[in-house]
Amino acid sequence: MDVRAQVSMVFHLDKCIGCHTCSIACKNIWTDRKGAEYMWWNNVETKPGTGFPTAWEDQEKYKGGWEKNGDKLEVRAVGKVRGAMTVFHNPNLPTIDDYYEPFTYSYQDLFDAKEGADQPIARPISMITGKEMEIEAGPNWDDDLGGSPVYAVNDPNLAHVSPEERSALFEVQKLVFFYLPRICNHCVNPTCVAACPSGALYKRGEDGIVLLSQERCRAWRFCVTACPYKKVYFNWGTGKSEKCILCYPRLETGQAPACFHSCVGRIRYFGIVLYDAEKIEETLAADEKDLVTAQRRMILDPKDPEVIAAAKRAGITDDVIASAQKSPVYKWVVEWGLALPLHAEHRTLPMLFYVPPLLPVMAANGEQGYDTTIAGGSGDEKGPRDTTVGFLGAIDKYRLPLQYMASLFGAGNEGVVRYALRKQLAVRTYRRAVTVGDVSLDDATRLLAEADTTVEEAEAIYYLTSIAPADDRFVIPPMHREQAIEMLDEPLAAKGFAGMGFRKKPERGS
Amino acid sequence: MLNVLLFAALPYVSVVLFLLVSIQRYRRDPFTFSSLSSQFLETKELFWGSVPFHLGILTLFFGHLVGFLFPRGMTLWNGVPIRLFLLESTALAAALLTLFGLGALIVRRAAAPRLRVVTSAADILVYVLLLFEIGTGLWVAITLRWGSAWYTQTVVPYLWSLVRFQPEIQLMVDLKLPAQIHVVGAWVLLGVFSFTRLVHALVAPVPYLWRPNQLVVWNRPRGAAKR
Repeated sequence: MDVRAQVSMVFHLDKCIGCHTCSIACKNIWTDRKGAEYMWWNNVETKPGTGFPTAWEDQEKYKGGWEKNGDKLEVRAVGKVRGAMTVFHNPNLPTIDDYYEPFTYSYQDLFDAKEGADQPIARPISMITGKEMEIEAGPNWDDDLGGSPVYAVNDPNLAHVSPEERSALFEVQKLVFFYLPRICNHCVNPTCVAACPSGALYKRGEDGIVLLSQERCRAWRFCVTACPYKKVYFNWGTGKSEKCILCYPRLETGQAPACFHSCVGRIRYFGIVLYDAEKIEETLAADEKDLVTAQRRMILDPKDPEVIAAAKRAGITDDVIASAQKSPVYKWVVEWGLALPLHAEHRTLPMLFYVPPLLPVMAANGEQGYDTTIAGGSGDEKGPRDTTVGFLGAIDKYRLPLQYMASLFGAGNEGVVRYALRKQLAVRTYRRAVTVGDVSLDDATRLLAEADTTVEEAEAIYYLTSIAPADDRFVIPPMHREQAIEMLDEPLAAKGFAGMGFRKKPERGS
Repeated sequence: MLNVLLFAALPYVSVVLFLLVSIQRYRRDPFTFSSLSSQFLETKELFWGSVPFHLGILTLFFGHLVGFLFPRGMTLWNGVPIRLFLLESTALAAALLTLFGLGALIVRRAAAPRLRVVTSAADILVYVLLLFEIGTGLWVAITLRWGSAWYTQTVVPYLWSLVRFQPEIQLMVDLKLPAQIHVVGAWVLLGVFSFTRLVHALVAPVPYLWRPNQLVVWNRPRGAAKR
């Protein structure tokens, strides 16, 4: 057993209101610079939808992630040999137009315009060339446009949905969407790291954060192609790639990353998990449908004495182990089986997990629209709800087709998604029985058992979903940065200095 | 006097600049080491410029290098006319390929407003010098035929004389004008090399071909962490 620690995340999609506060927090801190204007290390997209960059999930176009050839995993488009062939021109590199041309407005014209018959206006100005431009796209161009025949219809995940369900998603009265906030997944098997020719990308051993050394990056750009999530961005100004750093300077001082900290819906959970590095290869070799469960098996129980002993042998400190034992992520992902990785089929072992959204809690009911008799409903009905046999089966008539959710969160396996949704529905019904009382507690308890959970677990899920304050949602392990710095520098020699970093302004070289 | 300046002083100045500035820049300013790719802003036309240019110039560079390192071998190779033709025509094709690629790159850069934003004075200097060097190289190839044959008898001994710190500039003085200009251009190019984006050639990612896929960096030696 080779125990390693990995900071890990859970986003509860039922709670996301799509306000983009996370994106703005990140933008203000990290990417409000020349060359980085178009970057959104954190972005929120509408699903079904094409996302950012446009149709990033279309790997026929972008060729990201790993490819399984027999027993071997290879970087899909820019591996060693294939990369060498395309080093002078990479045919699979997204360009600025796949994102959007960053723009501002000529606000000064509002003040400087000569007096005339017309109102002065502020025209859009390109932040690249400084010239006037037509705005044709933005970072969130299809925001809230689920059901749109122009945008949502191009969602690559819809390929897995039957034509009837597909057309239902585009009927005005039936259309449905949810939000998908995305940051770098800080994968255990990152393709960007494997594809970087200069070795600028690396994974931090102690916490698993994936970083990109600005001083070693040489702009070969393979990382941008290799990341199947398109979460490595190319700074066209400095000629260096950049990516989400999980606000490691904040983490090292005990603060949650800015996007987590600012989340209005409190959808985000942060914690450390222990995993067995010896199991990585076995996990990666799993069949596509088993990838999600295999990844869960790779994560170790931090309360198991054997794991604790092995973690200590691997140099993981007691306080980090204690932090792992309190990790909300471990609960969501392993104990409860509610949180699922996004597009696990690329075999990068992403360490950001999503609780699939239950919303809207209505099942499709043929021509009559929606069955509102489950878990809440419209309130037209009198008396206790009929919560007899088949109640949880309604998940299979879930408004967003299960195949669609499985394409996103199950690597094609509907089972893991159905399990998570059924359990959530059971917990919701149970809490309804407790607080509203129009469902009998007996029925609710039986539903819990059917959904493979218990009253205690349901209460714990409810607590972490609805009640938990910041300290329970963000369990930040001590990063022991002070020890790391001691290895490099005499601590007293740096007394009075603000820290390490760039010696001068990171300007484009010549 | 001018000959001493161009064929003895200039080479040493260029080589010293190349070595010192490259090393110093790598140590002090690693951030500025980048290919400064502009593919992100324009990709279609880049293909027709970058690929022929790089393939061509690498062929030419290694051709010159082989002649410098193994002059006897190259002379022996050229002993049979068909092999001489083969070598010369390969070199000529590579030069034309490079010229085509460089031309496409210059046209591309001039035409796209987005690219002008990321074009520095150093980039323009590089274009001018490379164009000059390839132009004079082609001039030599066309007017002073069988360069690969006389290269090993004149330029290579001259280069080695520089290495031995006993410059034999007479070898250069005896050359025809196109060849002299080509040599001087090469020294100038080498001199400014480390001030420009050309430094990306020095950090070409060859070790990537055999390094392991994943790279994990430990802040502390594993297992040695304090409690």
